[in-house]
Amino acid sequence: MIAYLVRRMLYAIPILVGVNLLTFSLFFVVNTPDDMARMQLGIKRVTVDAIRQWEHQKGYDKPLFYNRAEDGIGRITNTIFWQKSASMFWLDFGYSDDGRDISREIRTRMWPSLAIALPTFLVGLIFYISFALVMTLFRATKLDQAGVALCVVLMSVSSLFYIIGGQFVISKLWHLVPISGYAGGLNSFRFVVLPVVIGVISGIGSSSRWYRTIFLEEMGKDYVRTARAKGLSEIAVLFIHVLKNAMIPILTGVVVVIPLLFMGSLLTESFFGIPGLGSYTIDAINAQDFAIVRAMVFLGSLLYIAGLMLTDISYTVVDPRVRLS
Amino acid sequence: MKRLAAYLLMVLLAACDGLWNAPYPAKDAYSSILYTAFTERPKHLDPAQAYSENEYALLANIYAPPLQYHYLKRPYELVPLAASAMPEVTYQDSSHHALPADTPQDRIAYSIYEIHIKPGMRYQPHPAFARDGKGQPVYDHLLPEQMKGVHAPRDFRLTGTRAVTAYDYAYQIRRLADPELHSPIYGVMSEYIVGLREYSQKLQEVQKKNPDVHPDLLAYPLPGVEVVDDTTYRIVIKGKYPQFAYWLAMPFFSPMPQEAERFYNQPGMKERNLTLDWWPVGSGPYYLSENDPNRRMVLEKNPYYDSERYPSQGEAGDGKAGLLDDAGKKLPLTGRVVFTLEKETIPYWNKFLQGYYDASGISSDSFDQAVQMSVGGEAQVSDEMRRKGITLSTSVATSTMYTGFNWLDPVVGGSSERARKLRQAISIAVDFEEFISIFANGRGVAAQSPIPPGIFGYREGRAGINPVVYDWVDGEPRRKPISDAKRLLAEAGYPNGVDQQTHQPLVINLDTTASGAGDKARLDWLRKQFDKINVQLVVRSTDYNRFQDKIRRGDTQMFYYGWNADYPDPENFLFLLDSAQGKVAHGGENASNYSNPEYDMLFERMKNMDNGPERQAIIDKMLAIIRSDAPWLWGYHPKNYVLQHGWLYNVKPNVMANNKLKYWRVDPRQRALYQERWNKPVLWPLWLGGTVLLIFAFWIWRALRKRDEAR
Repeated sequence: MIAYLVRRMLYAIPILVGVNLLTFSLFFVVNTPDDMARMQLGIKRVTVDAIRQWEHQKGYDKPLFYNRAEDGIGRITNTIFWQKSASMFWLDFGYSDDGRDISREIRTRMWPSLAIALPTFLVGLIFYISFALVMTLFRATKLDQAGVALCVVLMSVSSLFYIIGGQFVISKLWHLVPISGYAGGLNSFRFVVLPVVIGVISGIGSSSRWYRTIFLEEMGKDYVRTARAKGLSEIAVLFIHVLKNAMIPILTGVVVVIPLLFMGSLLTESFFGIPGLGSYTIDAINAQDFAIVRAMVFLGSLLYIAGLMLTDISYTVVDPRVRLS
Repeated sequence: MKRLAAYLLMVLLAACDGLWNAPYPAKDAYSSILYTAFTERPKHLDPAQAYSENEYALLANIYAPPLQYHYLKRPYELVPLAASAMPEVTYQDSSHHALPADTPQDRIAYSIYEIHIKPGMRYQPHPAFARDGKGQPVYDHLLPEQMKGVHAPRDFRLTGTRAVTAYDYAYQIRRLADPELHSPIYGVMSEYIVGLREYSQKLQEVQKKNPDVHPDLLAYPLPGVEVVDDTTYRIVIKGKYPQFAYWLAMPFFSPMPQEAERFYNQPGMKERNLTLDWWPVGSGPYYLSENDPNRRMVLEKNPYYDSERYPSQGEAGDGKAGLLDDAGKKLPLTGRVVFTLEKETIPYWNKFLQGYYDASGISSDSFDQAVQMSVGGEAQVSDEMRRKGITLSTSVATSTMYTGFNWLDPVVGGSSERARKLRQAISIAVDFEEFISIFANGRGVAAQSPIPPGIFGYREGRAGINPVVYDWVDGEPRRKPISDAKRLLAEAGYPNGVDQQTHQPLVINLDTTASGAGDKARLDWLRKQFDKINVQLVVRSTDYNRFQDKIRRGDTQMFYYGWNADYPDPENFLFLLDSAQGKVAHGGENASNYSNPEYDMLFERMKNMDNGPERQAIIDKMLAIIRSDAPWLWGYHPKNYVLQHGWLYNVKPNVMANNKLKYWRVDPRQRALYQERWNKPVLWPLWLGGTVLLIFAFWIWRALRKRDEAR
């Protein structure tokens, strides 16, 4: 397994370089260093001289990929791409264009993101699986039909509606939790409840239907018939045997997102005033801050690759037949 | 398990602390705290760099420049803040011989501003000022182990303060020329402050030679700034520039202690975001005690601020409105100001209605809920707001939103009669009164020129209308009929919107960054305005960068633009049409590249004059020229609407002053009372939901049991 993991990690390097190259190219197709300077310095009373100085100070006055003015390796290393990208491979994200330490921002912002994303993920997972199992248990009955219809309705509603509706009903009409905001420590509980509840509700439709399909597929298999023939109750069949055998498809979709929980959610964080990582990237794109954009895309790719590896490892845990080699 | 239960109990207790939906700790309910919000994190908090409104909302309350705007008096008037009196201005000729005050401006080579600062002003408590028993700085040579666990200035055990001196003000002017800081006003100031350009060039040379070391700003001469003694300094300006006094009211000219720069330049500081751009060191009424721009920023009362009292004079009616009740009281009147990040308008508005923000603007979504128009057309709060004790204050912003014609364009630009009449026809056709009514909920004043109301040069009544677009009918301006626009269009060579020369329909392009669903209605409306005179409008939506690029290259026909005044002087609006400011030719602020030698000549005469009848006469002439040339659709001047709760006192709109917070006073007791009344938790849905869940679970259990029994 170790050899497999090492191989996967080595595969990750060209992927990360490729993602970096793509991000870099896309960013600089849309934004020139001049645009970035103007965005940082403001459009009012800014002089050409000030723009040149800013570009020089931030290292954006170099060629993008290839520096003809240099000799040898300097032709590659003394470019914007190299100087802004190479250090990320040892997780040195450097400073944003407005001078803040990006690693520090990420370390600070990931906790509020996790405070929302982790409970939403865990509570949601338990709830969706339970709900799907109940629908499976009562398959082809009116309860199942009502459950599926409810799922379709919930899937059809925009997540923005859940947020605004939830804030209106739970916070504005019933005064049960703050509409938005965040506090550290134990006080975060009251701010986290509503986004978590809304996050769970907004995911019921798609997730529960997906799990229901998986469970129904498993229900037709021979081992289920055998379990019933042995006299096991329907609950025992479902919660012990079917659930265990349905874990592979569930894990495929679930484990991969675990590392990405750090990255937060743009919409939720924006509406609830959560100081997480979700809005960090979008704010950076709006501010044309390449330093942050490249760091966040790199981190996202890295976490996604880590998620895929974790998924592979999890297969070996739930299914002894799977061997990583 | 016991530990988990205890933790859960603690969490629940924390959650039940005070009102359930209160976003603030219950212990602060009766404290003198002002609660407000910010929608965008500030980019800079260094007074040499900050220039935008959201930055000034904080910074103007932290730093104390020499001057400020009188909070209550109108028209806007400069008064001393850190200065003990208004600066004494003397003039010299090119040989540095003194000139009398009434010398014509063309003979004045230098203006000398002598500024005396109030003695005894002190900086906020800060570790940069901490001294040991021997009077030596405690944190001057920090070791890496001393930086462990340090994330903010408050993490240093010791703080100190010291008196503000004239040297600090002079030092900050030097910082404006520091090439590393990219001060946005360096370009303007280098034209006026004697020697500033040369000084900056010297710093650049030094920095080029040794890029790793920040140059010592005091090591090189700056003849335009001279410190006379601890409380007096002089700034030497080239020629006469009366508007310079307005710049002295901005944070750019605040004092900067060298200790603060030295403190933040130590190793390990930048990695912890400990910089002057993040943690200001000021001598104003507040200091920044918490800086988490992702969540909230907190201003705490500067305990050493003792130099200012609430004004005892204002406009007529201020006394009756209760705005002089606190006259003579020591400022600031509120102990703490909490700024919370609210990116979205809906939560901001709802929290205001719940009493968790003391004041709020009004978004378009909430306008009908908040405001209703009286029979006389005056805006007033709705009955719902009135029942809550909410009041409304309005003011016309010192800004202008216009649509420019590119003077370099062969169709709509230039001084030919054909192009001028075309622009005039479009000016009549585009009905900005309708625009304000539909898209701004009536929050604006149709512009007659670039100068908004309240600024010298603006004329009320018949004398102030734009005769090209309006007639004076029944005591009010009335837009000319569309037939006049059609006539002008025909005279321009486009009868019924068809070019006589090419026999093709006239098509005009508008460049804009507007492309969202919300902008579609505005653009459709604009097309309809052009349809009135049978001219086709093509909207070329583009992203912000490309739009700015087009403007810089003059590759537009028409475009939306706006200007927010730096200071309340007509020069700050009329320079937008000065050809020396042409965007394409000079990279200046004249985005339409308008050029008229007569206007330029009058502008040169007017710009440095003192306000008076002579200046007004010149402005009248200038306005007549640009109204006839019509390089802009004059657009409108937006109106600010602000709602405030009944427990917030001394709120008077002042669009120039950014340091208003020190005057505001809250009654926390009254606020807590209302918050409690408005925010009682409604618990029945919880009980109902719990019961339904239990019944459902029981029903499922029974159904399963029956099924198992049946098997």
